Amino acid sequence: MLAKRIIPCLDVKDGRVVKGTRFLNLRDAGDPVEVAELYDQEGADELVFLDITASFEGREIMMEVVRRTAEKAFMPLTVGGGIRNLQDIRNLLKAGADKVSLNTAAVKEPELLRASSERFGSQCIVLAIDAKRLTVHSSRITEKKHCQPSTVNREPRWEVYIHGGRTPTGLDALEWAWRGVELGAGEILLTSMDKDGTKDGYDLDLTRTISEAVKVPLIASGGAGTLEHLYQALAEGRADAVLAASIFHYREFTICQAKEYLRERGIPVRL
Amino acid sequence: MIAIIDSGIANLRSVQKGFERVGHEAKVVEDPRVLNEASAIVLPGVGAFRDGIAKLQEGGFVEPLLQALGEGKPILGICLGLHFLFSESEEFGLHKGLGIIKGRVVRFPQTSDLRPQTSDIGLRTSDKLLSTKLKIPHMGWNQIWVQKEVPIFKGIPDGSYFYFVHSYYVEPEDKTVVAATTDYGIRFTSVVRKDNLYATQFHPEKSQALGLRLLKNFGDIARC
Repeated sequence: MLAKRIIPCLDVKDGRVVKGTRFLNLRDAGDPVEVAELYDQEGADELVFLDITASFEGREIMMEVVRRTAEKAFMPLTVGGGIRNLQDIRNLLKAGADKVSLNTAAVKEPELLRASSERFGSQCIVLAIDAKRLTVHSSRITEKKHCQPSTVNREPRWEVYIHGGRTPTGLDALEWAWRGVELGAGEILLTSMDKDGTKDGYDLDLTRTISEAVKVPLIASGGAGTLEHLYQALAEGRADAVLAASIFHYREFTICQAKEYLRERGIPVRL
Repeated sequence: MIAIIDSGIANLRSVQKGFERVGHEAKVVEDPRVLNEASAIVLPGVGAFRDGIAKLQEGGFVEPLLQALGEGKPILGICLGLHFLFSESEEFGLHKGLGIIKGRVVRFPQTSDLRPQTSDIGLRTSDKLLSTKLKIPHMGWNQIWVQKEVPIFKGIPDGSYFYFVHSYYVEPEDKTVVAATTDYGIRFTSVVRKDNLYATQFHPEKSQALGLRLLKNFGDIARC
């Protein structure tokens, strides 16, 4: 049967691996290609590179990192961060990425989802959503009338943020996920901004709400601190895959340990 | 030399590098004439069926491919490359394929009441906790169940996991071409073999050690 996927994520800046905590503090943790090879050997199911480089030179370095990784790691590779147009997507796919994840660009120009999925296939277009829980009395989304009437009174709700979590958009995360899939996204990478970097578990309500509502696979992200958290996201959160960074990066657990744990808890994994 | 047909948008570097890793020379070819010199041919494919078939035709690959097939050259179709071999596909309207294998390419049922068939491995009670809704595309690592021992499976145990990404699957009329099946809501054909022609629904070049083993096995056939 289809296995649940365990996906390590590497934040890459200027060709080096870093890990952001709540998107702010960065720490250096090595060469991305070497880390990718290590995860490949350990049996990670996929790998995600998130390019947090701002400069043009940094982007060129990233392309080279993707090229070198695709030659050495025989596993699916997703690259996200700073992708703006069809040309960026084409370049990354040509360099060896199997999928690209779109976040800010998709919000600013939703047609990019349609155009890219028609051109390259839905299977390689991942919609990355950074979502933050709205407080009970917050009415920003409703006021902006981005919601369908049917969902206006739904609680809890989450707002979509862009620009690496710095800019609120007024979009409801569930509405945006639906729309993104309708436009052609073949997968959703859902990050809880409230949980990201906390290591106290995924936002299970958020994960389940979106995963059950869309027909495409969902990757849960943000908050993994223990193996139990991975289990919760897959079993209670109904995610198809879990993404984690620091618990694997800093060798708190290996991919294999994570999978053995999950298998014992009855989750189908590839070992 | 193994020729990998460049049908346009697909990333073929990993297919090429995969063969090289296991000791087989491989080349991505844009010129159909090179197929004559090849010892084996790989027909990959990513994207949509109609565009893919059109690119094969425009690129002038169809004739040399059929000729190589007739000559007994080993041919490996991957993912959409498997779909191309069939008579027709219902992906975004009905489109004609190469017709090398009789049958159709059809879409996974988009219903929520189907459950994965687990008769081969037994269903653990805790599996019931997991999502009962079928996500499409069928994306990720799934098992293949060998129906027929074929040379590309050498050293690959029954029930091995490979990486899949697809929304459509093949339904061959002649079941004797089915080399392996996979379960995802329904049981579908994940590997076919017809004489010197092999094709996989999954991506061996993305399937780590066992995927590389399959590529090696295919390359070895070409060397014999």
